[in-house]
Amino acid sequence: MGNVVALCETNGATLRSNALSVISLARKAAELHGGEVILLLVGKGVSAAADDACRYAPKVVVVDNDGLENYLAETYAPILAKVAQDQGASIVCATATAIGKDVMPRTAALLDSGMASDIADIETADTFKRATLAGNAFSRVKISSDIICVTVRQSEFSPADALDSVGTKSDAEAGELNSYGAEFVKLEGGGGGDRPDLNDASIVIAGGRGMGNGDNFAILEKLADTMGAALGASRAATDAGYVPADWQIGQTGKIVAPDLYFAVAISGAIQHLAGMKNSKTIVAINKDNEAPIFQIADYGLVAKWEDTIEPLTAEIAKLKASQV
Amino acid sequence: MKILVPIKRVPDPELKAKLKDGKLDLGGAQWVVNTFDEYAVEAALRLVENADSGDRDGEVIVVTIGPDDAGVQLRSCLAMGADRAIHVQGDDVELDSLMVAKTLKAVYDAEKPDLILMGKQAVDGDANQCGQMLAGIAELPQATFAATIEVVDEGKALVVGREVDAGVEYKKLPLPALVTVDLRIVSPKSVVNHVTPDDHEYSDGPRYASLKGIMKAKKKPMDQKTMGDLGVTATAVVTELEVTLPEARAAGQIVESVEELVKKLHEDAKVL
Repeated sequence: MGNVVALCETNGATLRSNALSVISLARKAAELHGGEVILLLVGKGVSAAADDACRYAPKVVVVDNDGLENYLAETYAPILAKVAQDQGASIVCATATAIGKDVMPRTAALLDSGMASDIADIETADTFKRATLAGNAFSRVKISSDIICVTVRQSEFSPADALDSVGTKSDAEAGELNSYGAEFVKLEGGGGGDRPDLNDASIVIAGGRGMGNGDNFAILEKLADTMGAALGASRAATDAGYVPADWQIGQTGKIVAPDLYFAVAISGAIQHLAGMKNSKTIVAINKDNEAPIFQIADYGLVAKWEDTIEPLTAEIAKLKASQV
Repeated sequence: MKILVPIKRVPDPELKAKLKDGKLDLGGAQWVVNTFDEYAVEAALRLVENADSGDRDGEVIVVTIGPDDAGVQLRSCLAMGADRAIHVQGDDVELDSLMVAKTLKAVYDAEKPDLILMGKQAVDGDANQCGQMLAGIAELPQATFAATIEVVDEGKALVVGREVDAGVEYKKLPLPALVTVDLRIVSPKSVVNHVTPDDHEYSDGPRYASLKGIMKAKKKPMDQKTMGDLGVTATAVVTELEVTLPEARAAGQIVESVEELVKKLHEDAKVL
């Protein structure tokens, strides 16, 4: 028997939506391990989100320390490792965000543990399913270490619901913080604006190299605004500098699985498909009827984006208006 | 600057995966240097050279763990311009990330480089673990997903631009340190060492080996080691049980107009 410690990211007084995916995995893992779910909040001021976290698990451990103002793998990993040991964990997990992917392997090394990255499922207490080869294969892996470290692919775990009962919060010490000299310098934000986060959005509109330049993405923004969609891009479009790198969807970049995905002027390279092919409904708009994207699209429209996006925006706006 | 670049051989990612007895069929695999590791070699060369004068101040050592055949991929890195190679014998299919990290830690201890520079993940396993594990074991500061690297403080530290969910995070690391690289590290101005003129623009992507480079690579030193030589006794804790291929997504339908598309999304798919 063992408990499951889940690192949850926070935003002010609430958990980030990506945390709800790791909580889903944690509940399933706790059942298989006969233990309980313990949510871990780490950072300066994270106590503010403790009440929200207590809605999702019987126990919440908070490590709130001024020295943790900026996330650093060097200072976070020892905290995860220590809390895991103190709480009798057999699974330590996080969502595979930029933070989860950065900190969890370092934590595994400190615990001398095996790790399963970016999992799609836990099948038994020690067996996990995960995508490999840019999503072209699935691998089942078994891990024999006493503590197992895991990151979960957000799009594979539906967000956890709040429980009927409210959990209890306890504080834990950060211990001595050693960053090994590493310092956070600054964060330069991407260009997402007020739109939904790519990882959370139920509709995603992605543009490719065929958009021609960054200014042309404005037409996709209008379409996105009509549906409350997030905007993304293929690697070709981000590499060409049309849009910021954090819009990139693919093997490198974000992996999304929204209800509805529009691929506009995207040919559909294997690395791009790896980031979106689990979307429920895929629409491809491309002037080249041979584009590989049509092989996985549920609905394909062979046409230039210049001729379709504005009429499509108008048609959807009309539909939305009729639904009010 | 002395830089250690661990590389992994992977089956050519452009070729379709085949299965045999529930495992990947690697019998006829075309092995190549993992894409991101090749980018790390390129970034390492940019860090130690003056691209204008051709002078070099530092050393780039490539290391791999693999069977005899893996020497081919080490040679191709030497042909790009790395100075020497270390080949640790091992069955790469049986290794897990933690064992690889422990082996590389032993190499790190022996070589004492200023920087370990490696790909953020191997494009076959897509695990993205090794660098962070190695940094943890070696007690080094780490910067993953590097899109840019700038040498600062007279060569005593790096400022690394990391691709994170919300944009680019800049992190400063004193050397020695470990950095894992992302795609954009091979952009024309992504590596700034202040030796190569700052306005220099590289061509996009990793450099090709020249004929001269290939000839020179044949004579460059390649140390042969075993994990036993390095004192590594760890065994794998992660075992792959089975590989399956996902079901192909059924091909959909071609619609003729925007009106038809919206109607189908609304009435059939019920997503609008």
